[in-house]
Amino acid sequence: MKKIVIIGAGVVGCSIARELSRYDAKITVLERANDVACGTTKANSGVVHGGFDAKPGSLKAKYNVLGNAMFDRLAKELDFPFRRNGAYVLCFDDTKWDGLKKLYDQGIENGVKDLRVVTGDEVREREPYVSKEVKGALWCPSSGIVSPYEMTIAYAENAAKNGVEFVFEKNVEKLVQTDGKIQVVCSDGDVYEGDVVVNCAGLHSDDLNNTICDKKYKIVPRKGEYMLLDKTSGYLTGTTLFQLPTAMGKGILVVPSVHGNILLGPTAVDIEDKECKDTTYDGLAEAFDKARITMPSLTKKTVITQFTGLRAHADAGDFVISFAKDGVPLYNLIGIESPGLTAAPAIAVQAAKDISAYLGLDANKAFDPIRKGIPCFATMTESERAEIIKKNPLYGRIVCRCEVVTEGEIVDSINRPVGAKDLDGVKRRTRAGMGRCQSGFCSERVMEIIARERGIDMTEVTKSGKGSEILVGRVE
Amino acid sequence: MSVKNLIIIGGGPAGLAAAKSAYDAGERDILILEREDKLGGILNQCIHNGFGLHTFKEELTGPEYAARYIDEVLERKIEYKLGTTVLSIDKNKRVTCANEQDGLLVYEAKAIILACGCRERPRGAINIAGCRAAGIFSAGTAQKLINIDGYMPGKEVVILGSGDIGLIMARRMTFQGAKVKAVVELMPYSSGLNRNIVQCLNDFDIPLMFSHTVVDIKGKGRVSSVVIAAVDDKLNPIKGTEQEIKCDTLLLSVGLLPENELSKMADVALSPITGGAIVDDDMMTEADGIFACGNVLHVHDLVDFVSEESEWAGRRAAAYIKGEKVNGEKVGIDAKDGVRYVVPQFVNKDGDELLKLKMRVGNVYKDVKLCVVCDGEEVYARKCRIVTPGEMETINLNEKQTRALKNCKQAVVCLKAVK
Repeated sequence: MKKIVIIGAGVVGCSIARELSRYDAKITVLERANDVACGTTKANSGVVHGGFDAKPGSLKAKYNVLGNAMFDRLAKELDFPFRRNGAYVLCFDDTKWDGLKKLYDQGIENGVKDLRVVTGDEVREREPYVSKEVKGALWCPSSGIVSPYEMTIAYAENAAKNGVEFVFEKNVEKLVQTDGKIQVVCSDGDVYEGDVVVNCAGLHSDDLNNTICDKKYKIVPRKGEYMLLDKTSGYLTGTTLFQLPTAMGKGILVVPSVHGNILLGPTAVDIEDKECKDTTYDGLAEAFDKARITMPSLTKKTVITQFTGLRAHADAGDFVISFAKDGVPLYNLIGIESPGLTAAPAIAVQAAKDISAYLGLDANKAFDPIRKGIPCFATMTESERAEIIKKNPLYGRIVCRCEVVTEGEIVDSINRPVGAKDLDGVKRRTRAGMGRCQSGFCSERVMEIIARERGIDMTEVTKSGKGSEILVGRVE
Repeated sequence: MSVKNLIIIGGGPAGLAAAKSAYDAGERDILILEREDKLGGILNQCIHNGFGLHTFKEELTGPEYAARYIDEVLERKIEYKLGTTVLSIDKNKRVTCANEQDGLLVYEAKAIILACGCRERPRGAINIAGCRAAGIFSAGTAQKLINIDGYMPGKEVVILGSGDIGLIMARRMTFQGAKVKAVVELMPYSSGLNRNIVQCLNDFDIPLMFSHTVVDIKGKGRVSSVVIAAVDDKLNPIKGTEQEIKCDTLLLSVGLLPENELSKMADVALSPITGGAIVDDDMMTEADGIFACGNVLHVHDLVDFVSEESEWAGRRAAAYIKGEKVNGEKVGIDAKDGVRYVVPQFVNKDGDELLKLKMRVGNVYKDVKLCVVCDGEEVYARKCRIVTPGEMETINLNEKQTRALKNCKQAVVCLKAVK
C-alpha cells in the first residue's frame, strides 16, 4: 500500500487527510503540537470569504470561490457550525466609491454571486449599530462564518474514522529523498517514509520545503491581534463588517462568531518570530480603536479575551498548491493565508486529486463522509435535554456554567477519535472555559475530568501541550 | 412540572440564610438548588478565619461559618438538591434545572430568591497584553486548587489587584512555601479590607505597589515573568517605568461581578453600578416575586452582612408568598457625592420594618459624614474618620428616620465634608 505522510494538522492538513482518505493508502498525519488546529487555524477571523478580495486569475481567487460554495454541504456532512451571514465592505468616504466599484468588478470577475453596492442607510437598516459615517458598502450575501478549529477537528475526526493515523508531538526536522521516496526525519529520531509527503506545515512550510527542494520559499509571519466580546454583545451585528482598505491602512473587522460572540481585529504586523503569539498593549488598542470606526458604540466592558494569530504570508503573494518542481514527491501547500480557511476544502479536493493520480490510488470503498459532532447541550430544546440526560446522566452535570457545557460533552471530547488531551483541547471541542468567566470556575473541574479519563495525575494536566502544566505539585 | 412555594437558587451563605429565615417566618415548602456537590458555597474554600465576628461574635473559618447555617437548614429539614444547575428562569417563575440523578427538572415557584453569588473578573476583562501561557489564575481558582484539591498552582507569584481574595491568597501561598514577589494595585488604594493588608501582606513583608499594573506577561508554555509599570492618574501605564518580575504564576484579584445571567432571563432590571438587581427594601427585584440577596445583588465585604441581608430577603419572600408583602408606591434612594451606590434602590412607602441601607463609596475619603437627605432635609448623619471603597457601609435608620424617608419624594445618600 502506498504511504502518504502529511505534515501539519491545521485546516489544510486535516482537510487533505480527509479527502485523501477517500482513497486506498496508508496515510499518516504528523503534528508538532498535541492537537489539531493549534497554529494559524485556531486564531483567525473565522470568515468564509465571498471571494471579491483576491486578484482575478490568482489561485487565491480560484480556490476561495470554489471553497466557499462547498461549505453548506460540508458543514452538514461533518457537523460543524457554519452560517452564511453575509458581509459588508464599508466605505466611509464619498470620494472612495470607486474603491467599492473596483471590489465589485473584481468579485464579478472572480465569479462571486449576488454582489451589490448599497447605501449607508441600507447597511444601517440591517445593522443599526454601524457608524453613521458609513456612506455606502459592498454587500456580499455569500460570505459566511465558521468556527475554524471546530471545522478542522471535524475534518480530522472524519479522516481518522476513515483510517488516517494522527501522530502528535512529532516535530519534523528535515526531509530526505531516497529511491523516489521521502524520509521524514523527526527531532526525536523517528523516521517516517512517504511515497508522497504533503507539506501542510503552515508558518514552517517554507523551512520544510527548503530542507529538500532547490526552489526556496520564504514565509513571513504576519501577526494579527483580536479582542473577543461576550455573547451579551452579540446583538451588535449579525453581519461581517469589513472596512474598505484606505491609505490609513488595512481595515479591521467587526464580525460575529458562529457562537454569538463578536470579534474585533485583526491588526497586521509582519514579524520575525514564528512562535510569537503574544498580544501587545498597542496592538489591542489599535484593534479596538479601529473597530470603533465601524461601530462607535463599542466599549471594552464586554471584552472577555484577547488573542493573536499568525498568518503564513508567502513572499510570492499567492498560494502554492502543487508538487515540488524538482521531481521530489513533495506536495507543497505554502502561503495558505487568508482566504486559506475558505479555500481549504477546495484545495484539499485538488491536492487529493493530484496525489491520487500521481500514486495511481484506488478508491477506499469503506469511505464514510459522515461525522457526527458532540451533542451540544447548550443548544438543545428542553425535551432533547431531558432525553439525553436519561441516556447519559453525565449530561445532567453542568461543568461550565457560562457556556452550559456538561460533563457528558467533556468526557466525549476526550474519548472520541483525535480526542482532546488538555484544557485548550476540551475548550475548542466543547466551549468549556470559552465564556465570560474564562474558565475561572470550570478549569479545576475540567482538569479533574481530564486526569480521570486519561488516567494521569492532576499535576500532569496541561493547558496546551508539554511545558504548560497547570499545577506545580501537591500541597505539603 | 412540580410546584414549589419558594425556590432558592444557590446554597451558599446567602441561600442558606434566606432558607432558614423563610422557614422561621412560617414557610415550609422551600427548595434550595445548589450546583456544587456540597452546601456552603465559596465559604468551603475559605479556610482562613475571620468570619462571623458580627453574626456569632467569634472568629470562625469559612467552613465553620457555613456549617452553622447548614446545621440550621438540616435541623429544619429544608429540602435541597446538590449537583443541580439551574438552566433558566423566567418572569413567571418557571425554573428549569438539571442534575445527574433526576435529569431535567421543571418547577413552578410562587417566589424565587436569587442567591447565586458572584464570579471573578478574568484577565480578558481587563485587557492585559502578553502570552497565553499556563500559570495565570484568578485568585479564587488558585484558592480552590490549594484548599479543596490540595495542589499548588505556582511557586513564584505576582498578584495583580488587592481585592480580599488576592490578599488572602498572598498569605496562603506564602504559608505553602511559595514566594509572593509583589501585589500590584492599579488604584492608589486597596479594594480589600485594611485588616487583610496588615495580616496578609505587612506581616510577611510582601510589597504592595499602588498605582501600578501588569502591562505584559511573558512565557512559552508557562509564565516566566510579568512586566509591571506605574500608571498615571488616568490609569494609563507610564512609558519608561516598566520593570520585569520573574515569576511562574500571576494571580488576578481584580474584582468580583455579581452573576446575573439567570436574572437577565427573567427580565430582572439590573443596576449598571452594582451589576446586581435593582431591589426594594424587601430585596424584591422589579420582577414580581423574584428576590435577590448576597453577592448576586451587590458584592459584600463580609459574609456576616450577606447572612443578615439574606435573612431579611428570606423573611420578606415568605411574607410575599402569604400575600402580606406591600408593593405599592415607592420612594427612590439615590447615591450621590462620593457614594457609589445604595441598596435598596427603592423603598415601599407602606410597611413598618426599620430600614437598613447598604452602600459603598467611590474613593477614599477622610473626615466626612455619611448622610441621608430626604427632600433636601438631612435626616441622618454619621461622622466617619475614613471611608474606603473596600469596605461596605451600613446605615441603620431608627423609626423616626425610617418614617421620614418613607414619607419623602426623593431620598439621597451622600458624603459631606466635616468642617
